[in-house]
Amino acid sequence: MSAPTTVVSLKIDGKDVSGRADETILDVASENKIHIPTLCFLEGLSGWGACRLCLVEIKGSHKLLSACVTKVAEGMEVTTDSPRLLKYRRMVVQLLFAERNHVCSVCVSNGHCELQNLAQVLGITHIDIPYRYPTLPFDASHDLFRLDHNRCVLCTRCVRVCDEIEGAHTLDVMGRGIDCRVIIDLNEPWGSSQTCTTCGKCVRVCPTGALTRKGTGVAEMEKDDQFLPYLTRMRGSQS
Amino acid sequence: MPRDIVIDPVTRIEGHAKITLRLGDDGNVTDAMFHVTQFRGFEKLCEGRPLTEMPSLMARTCGICPVSHLIASAKACDALLAVAIPETAANLRRIMNLAQMVQSHALSFFHLSSPDLLMGFDADPARRNLFGLAQENPQLARDGIRLRQIGQSIIEILGGKKIHPAWAVPGGVNKPLEAQNRDKMLAMLPEGLEIAQRTLRWYKRVAAGFGAEARTFANFPTLFMGLITETGGLEHYDGLLRLVDAKGEIVVDQFPPEKYQELIAEAVEPYSFMKFPYFQKLGYPRGIYRVGPLARLNLVDHCGTPMADQEWAELREIQRGAVLGSFHYHHARLIEIIFGLEMMQRLLGDPTILDTRVRARARPNRDEGVGVAEAPRGTLIHHYRIDDDGRMVWANLIIATGHNNLAMNRGILQAAQHFVDGKKISEGALNRVEAVIRCYDPCLSCATHALGKMPLKIELVAADGEVIHAVQRD
Repeated sequence: MSAPTTVVSLKIDGKDVSGRADETILDVASENKIHIPTLCFLEGLSGWGACRLCLVEIKGSHKLLSACVTKVAEGMEVTTDSPRLLKYRRMVVQLLFAERNHVCSVCVSNGHCELQNLAQVLGITHIDIPYRYPTLPFDASHDLFRLDHNRCVLCTRCVRVCDEIEGAHTLDVMGRGIDCRVIIDLNEPWGSSQTCTTCGKCVRVCPTGALTRKGTGVAEMEKDDQFLPYLTRMRGSQS
Repeated sequence: MPRDIVIDPVTRIEGHAKITLRLGDDGNVTDAMFHVTQFRGFEKLCEGRPLTEMPSLMARTCGICPVSHLIASAKACDALLAVAIPETAANLRRIMNLAQMVQSHALSFFHLSSPDLLMGFDADPARRNLFGLAQENPQLARDGIRLRQIGQSIIEILGGKKIHPAWAVPGGVNKPLEAQNRDKMLAMLPEGLEIAQRTLRWYKRVAAGFGAEARTFANFPTLFMGLITETGGLEHYDGLLRLVDAKGEIVVDQFPPEKYQELIAEAVEPYSFMKFPYFQKLGYPRGIYRVGPLARLNLVDHCGTPMADQEWAELREIQRGAVLGSFHYHHARLIEIIFGLEMMQRLLGDPTILDTRVRARARPNRDEGVGVAEAPRGTLIHHYRIDDDGRMVWANLIIATGHNNLAMNRGILQAAQHFVDGKKISEGALNRVEAVIRCYDPCLSCATHALGKMPLKIELVAADGEVIHAVQRD
């Protein structure tokens, strides 16, 4: 017999809500149709807390916490939308744009990009931070897919889906800080990977134009990550 | 003492440039230089990017004629994939290219050049612009705006956007045409033809009053280059290269455009960012040639549509052999608008235009590809090399305006020698020198518009740097 589920009561944006103690603030908020912007989070994958878009304020805590990895607790009072949060979210998105070379107009994901959507939703019309214009590689060695580091936001959805769902763990992250980079195996060209199963899940979950199908032109890369919760459930029911 | 006159910037053109006129000791113009002062670097910044991005990336070269780059680039990518694209896709691209030509020619003629033609080259510059035109001849201004709108709307219907549609892709186009959209386009064309014919009638009336300009605006013998159909007809999307000389005699015919390097080479001058292509056989700078509407109409045996053919025959009556005066580019532009509208009617009237097979898919099969099309301003060449993974390693673009570089330089010299008196600079003389450049409708970038109010400065500078005389237009 499984352990009894603890239910906790809390307030999100002044609304009384309840959830299981093992749920995150983001889970409970979405169950109650309260929208919190996200980028690295994807239903069906483990929480990561990398992008800091889902930051929320919690009464009594001077820190801002990521809703995707913070568990709910009894009596918690959460604020998901405030001028302070908007300021930080805008800053996060601007930093992402400035960090690498996101050229929306000629990107394969133009019009279907989660980073671009976030910028629009948050009302970002221009980037105040100076662009870094780093020189980054473009790996087109795989038979079917391409990895463009210029468009990567290091959300690690690809790393997690490859590890947690496909079980190949072909992708990982190397380096620290600004030098972080998604790599294939031990930093090898994708085309020579011995572990990649060519399943394409990483491409489907990538929020930007970093991982794409070969042959797609500008604005043609439409991602489809709806398969993931279904696949996760089906895999779970088999084990 | 030699002195320089500098016209900076040149107004009512697309892009940024200045002109230097060099005066001899007697005050007469001895040399003229057309400096293109902007640097874009597209050939470099594309390196490392996948070929599938090229049509849209290269189209960013220009906001006035992005479709020309889109088409030439897509053709270069077709060559890299080594595919024959579906005929319907080729015809759809052809329609968009013609729509682009109609809107671009309309911009050049109505917005940029017609103020000179309507009000004269000596008119007050404060009124010699599109707004002055709207006051003086509202019908002409409305016609210009409407004709441009028709061209732009067809581009939007086909590609989803008026400017920079990501529609032409390596292997074809990314969306077939729906019947209702075809009907929308067909419905606009008769009005466009009516406007074009009305304007051509007006032009022929007023052009008669510009005899001196027609004689002295870049009126000299050169070669002319452009694409033609297999039967010698007017062609803007595909076809083969032909060169004719000043007498209209064919110098090179049915030449495969992908071998352009056997025909032309590019020289560089320290005073301009624009390269100087020349016909290799004659060397530099003797190998001067012109491209664009007048060149195309000089080298074809016929246009291929009834109304355009009639007007073409009349244009060729101006002069035995090739029509040499660049002033007649305006005339040629209007004839090409008529051709574009008629040809679009023909292509859209064919039911196969609705065929849903519009894209050939393949991986890169060659490491080098050339795409050539006729842009509004002339022959446009995109030449790419890729690596084994389909990434760009090298690009060479010869933009239509570049071909005309030598001719523009020689043209301003001719006009300046006729109109500019080195002792005193008149506004009308200054405008005529600029207007020579406007005949070619140079597209120097993607950024300028037609207000005609850009600040303009012309200076007489002595060899020691002393400004002897200056004229300022704010």
